[in-house]
Amino acid sequence: MRHRMRRWAPALIVLSPSLLLLAVFVYGLIGWTVNLSLQDKHNARPAAGYVGPDNYTNLFTDDINDRFVHSLKNLGIFTVVFIGGAMLLGVLWAVLLERGVRGEGFFRAVYLFPMAVSFVASGVVWRWLMNAGTGDNAGGLNAVFNGLGLGFLENRWWTDPDWGMAAMAVPAIWQLAGYVMALFLAGFRGIPTELREAALMDGCSTFQLYRHVLFPQLTPVALSALIITGHMSMKMFDLIMSVSGPQYLTEVPAVYVWQTLLTNDQAKAAAISILLLIAVALVIVPYLIHVNRVEKRS
Amino acid sequence: MSTELTAAASRPDTTPATRPTRRDHRSAARVGAAAARTLRYAVLVGFVVVVLMPMYVLVVTSFKSGSEIGVTGQWNLPEHWTLASWTKAWDRLGESFFRTFSLAIPVAVVSSFIGAANGFVLSRWRLPAADVFFTLILFGMFIPYQAVMIPLGEVVSWLGVPKGIWTLILVHIIYGIPICTLIFRNYYATTVPLELIEASSIDGAGLVRTFRSVILPLSIPGFVVTIIWQFTSAWNDYLFAIFLSNTRNGPITIALNALAGAQSPDYAASMAGALITSLPTLVVYILLGRWFIGGLMAGSVKG
Repeated sequence: MRHRMRRWAPALIVLSPSLLLLAVFVYGLIGWTVNLSLQDKHNARPAAGYVGPDNYTNLFTDDINDRFVHSLKNLGIFTVVFIGGAMLLGVLWAVLLERGVRGEGFFRAVYLFPMAVSFVASGVVWRWLMNAGTGDNAGGLNAVFNGLGLGFLENRWWTDPDWGMAAMAVPAIWQLAGYVMALFLAGFRGIPTELREAALMDGCSTFQLYRHVLFPQLTPVALSALIITGHMSMKMFDLIMSVSGPQYLTEVPAVYVWQTLLTNDQAKAAAISILLLIAVALVIVPYLIHVNRVEKRS
Repeated sequence: MSTELTAAASRPDTTPATRPTRRDHRSAARVGAAAARTLRYAVLVGFVVVVLMPMYVLVVTSFKSGSEIGVTGQWNLPEHWTLASWTKAWDRLGESFFRTFSLAIPVAVVSSFIGAANGFVLSRWRLPAADVFFTLILFGMFIPYQAVMIPLGEVVSWLGVPKGIWTLILVHIIYGIPICTLIFRNYYATTVPLELIEASSIDGAGLVRTFRSVILPLSIPGFVVTIIWQFTSAWNDYLFAIFLSNTRNGPITIALNALAGAQSPDYAASMAGALITSLPTLVVYILLGRWFIGGLMAGSVKG
């Protein structure tokens, strides 16, 4: 007993600064934000104390121009286009590279490099590329589409009410599709070679090999790729701020929090952030539990 | 799953597990193996062009002069190459460029050491409830920072830390603990055998001694991953920066946004600025990219 205690006591001492810091700066501050979200705290008017869930319900009922609901819709569009695009490209790249292609390292490095660039810097160039005129005056992406004879794809991009939010997903896909590729490549490399050989021995075609043998093995990878991209999508702030600025048209909850804070309405900003946190937790917590269970079993 | 991912991280550029086998060729022969291969390379090269296109525009635009900057002709090379926009961007960004190093380097080093110690204790030291502690730490990785941002500002001013680089160093170290712990935990779990720790313990070494003499010398690949990861995320961060600093004392993303986010921005200078801002992380990526890729796989939430 003494001996065991001696063993775990120093371990706890190593962990305790981290645990303490995270207890205060993650759990404590979240509690503080929840507390704030239940009050009426706006710098411009005297505090009215606790108001219960009003700040939350107001977001859905009394919000000016339904801004919150609008930002949720935007986030929905962005998430679907971003995840769809990043997954499609990422899986395609991984399939093209997984069997060992000459120059694999080069292709992999190129597809991944946008991830090393900050969202703010990539926002600068995408803003420029998607800010181009139309028709004879076309530039940027529109010029490319015209040049390829795809003039019908020409668009006003992020300033178009119908396409603005989907357009915002283009730079996000550019930056993160390579990440999805990296996940799937690791997944492919984790599949035992014998499995593939056995399937080919049984005379299965390349298509059947992927459809019935390899892809089913990658379900856990696909799940984590979905979770990670979904999680990135919900938190997306820098990119949207640097492509379009704080515009109503392309506003998402993560940006709305910041805008609300600028008007000094801390309680309302707190309520939006807590809703955002709940949404993220609904995705992440079940996943963490699942991963823990799988790890215990193995 | 995590095991495979970190294994990939520790030896990032191993040769692929499978090469096309004879039987592959037999089934592919129906379509024409050569044609299939050519098509595959054509598609791969096509995507290289697409992915690099924005970089091309960044570079050529940054060398153009004011009159050449227009909506049309974005894809053309400059008629008169000029460094004017680079000079202008450097005037606006130079100071924050160096300031950001003084942010990103300490963050990378300190959070890596904390992560290494935590990861060791959680994976290779028999600690009851290690899973619970680990999950509590890991959750910090996923929270949207907006959910802590408002009170964080108050805590920072209560602690008396002046807003700016110092605040950002503290904040990035704290919120970097989860990812660094995760990477090292997975790394040690796959590369350091438990017997090694047992042996060291039988020799009478305590935790600190074991960590210093047995674990740290084995940790270099893990450190490369966390240092790249933390350097890049501290360098590229914008959200903490916008809350906890300003254009005069903040990191380079803030300065770049001030340069590029104006109502009618100077596009050539913005492009030069974006390149200056991206240079350090791109250099890190080019020099250490093989580990960066491994790190992405390891950092992927335990696969």
